Amino acid sequence: MNDLRELYQEVILDHNKQPRNFGKLEQANCHAEGYNPLCGDRLNIWMNFNGDVIADVNFLGSGCAISTASASLMTDAVKGKTIDEAQKLCERFKDMITSDTEELDSVELGKLVVFAGVREYPARVKCASLAWHTLLAAFKDNNQIATTE
Amino acid sequence: MSMGSSTKVSSSALDIERIRKDFPILKRRIHGKPLVYLDNAATTQKPQQVLDALAHYYEEDNANIHRGVYQLSTAATEKYDTARQKVSSFINARASHEIIFTRNSTESINLVAQSFGRSNVSTDDEIVITHMEHHSNIVPWQLLCEQTGAQLRVAPIDDRGQLKLDELERLINSRTKLVSLVHLSNSLGTINPVAEIVQIAHQNDVPVLVDGSQAAYHMPLDMQSLDCDFYVFTGHKLYGPTGIGVLYGREALLEKMPPYQGGGDMISSVTFDKTTYAELPNKFEAGTPHIAGVVGLGAAVDYINSIGFDRIMSHEQDLLTYGTTELSAVPGLQLIGTADRKASILSFVLKGVHPHDVGTIVDTEGVAIRTGHHCTQPVMERFRVPATVRASVAMYNTRDEIDVLVRALFKVREMFPI
Repeated sequence: MNDLRELYQEVILDHNKQPRNFGKLEQANCHAEGYNPLCGDRLNIWMNFNGDVIADVNFLGSGCAISTASASLMTDAVKGKTIDEAQKLCERFKDMITSDTEELDSVELGKLVVFAGVREYPARVKCASLAWHTLLAAFKDNNQIATTE
Repeated sequence: MSMGSSTKVSSSALDIERIRKDFPILKRRIHGKPLVYLDNAATTQKPQQVLDALAHYYEEDNANIHRGVYQLSTAATEKYDTARQKVSSFINARASHEIIFTRNSTESINLVAQSFGRSNVSTDDEIVITHMEHHSNIVPWQLLCEQTGAQLRVAPIDDRGQLKLDELERLINSRTKLVSLVHLSNSLGTINPVAEIVQIAHQNDVPVLVDGSQAAYHMPLDMQSLDCDFYVFTGHKLYGPTGIGVLYGREALLEKMPPYQGGGDMISSVTFDKTTYAELPNKFEAGTPHIAGVVGLGAAVDYINSIGFDRIMSHEQDLLTYGTTELSAVPGLQLIGTADRKASILSFVLKGVHPHDVGTIVDTEGVAIRTGHHCTQPVMERFRVPATVRASVAMYNTRDEIDVLVRALFKVREMFPI
């Protein structure tokens, strides 16, 4: 099961079991819904801002361990960051899970490096990226459903 | 029709080792482990006999059909027509021109929806389907309803995934123009009492379409005893090639229906003033068809006949019983679809684990199973699950492979304890 542990790292299993920042945020500044038509996973994200800093971010949804842990770790990671910083982090994250050659910037990615193993499982990339797609949509808050397609 | 090769199989049991040797892909290893292919409801693997027929067609017989006076074209046409006869006998149709070749079941249903539907269905008419339909037997009717102003009526299912017959019967009335239902559910395994439903519908003068995509490789089909008006299935689930499907239609209905697509081969004569259409089945086969696919499908039908459905069914039923028992040993496993009459499809959820995680983990043990909504989202909603894990068994699967699956599920449990 060595290979599998690369994907299902303890941190991921932990965040899947006990997702952080989980539940609807009342009176949020913005909201978006994410949908992965491939597996039917749905996920909602709410945010509150202090200026352009993300003061609070919560999510709610049901999905696989990868998508739940990704949403949980993402909310932890972007809280306190500016929108610009969060968008850059999103790019780094996408590079990490899709590209073979990309050097890991573990300083910038922090705990998110646990998702590096996802690149070995192309069928699961969308599970890991759903939360991030939804986050980007929430910045726009245009009431469109963000999809992984 | 030849039923079974009695030379090698002395008893009525299936010679599983011989059959497995016929399927080259079963020798493959996945992540260093022998492939355990349990996604047969999505598509079945192809025996060497089918692969050879495809190669032989392209190597020796390739030419366009119904065109040339030269020998090669005549040979290709003959192969094509022979395959149609094979398919016709395979489902006991009255005549081979009641067999229309399409791309797949989906196209067959769309053909009926657009050709039969648009000329017979109008505002306030009703189409009856069931809650366990594949999206391919939902969406074409929704399109037809949008186009005509007709209504879609859905017959409910019970907690075991069985059709509520009395409620289906109640839905049929003078406005009903068609009943369209699945023979064997791809996500539940349920086998519907199609002959009985056809009888009920016919008492009300309502024709019936049956989606036999799953049934066609699990059980023998007899259009005369089913007495349905349309029956659709697809080659790639029948151990045949992809891209080739079948629509069976009762001659009297097909005759009255307008063409689905226009083009070459479906006409009798063309002038700018008036075109007259070809006779059945050509009227519904515009353009150059998938000739190799049809030839391959004919070889697949020969292959199934050489084994015999009696053997296939008793083998698959054994695996269904065995699999049902073995799976129940996995902590937190709940089967979805426990009908009395069921085929070898085991759909389930594991408490606390999303089906996609199950799929990824068992894949590392070489096990190929399907995870997701199986193109039956209303079924998932009915059972309040986002998705299921589905192991679907075909003639070449074994008890040992079920054991590999069950061991892999215990590994999932290790990683995701309850």
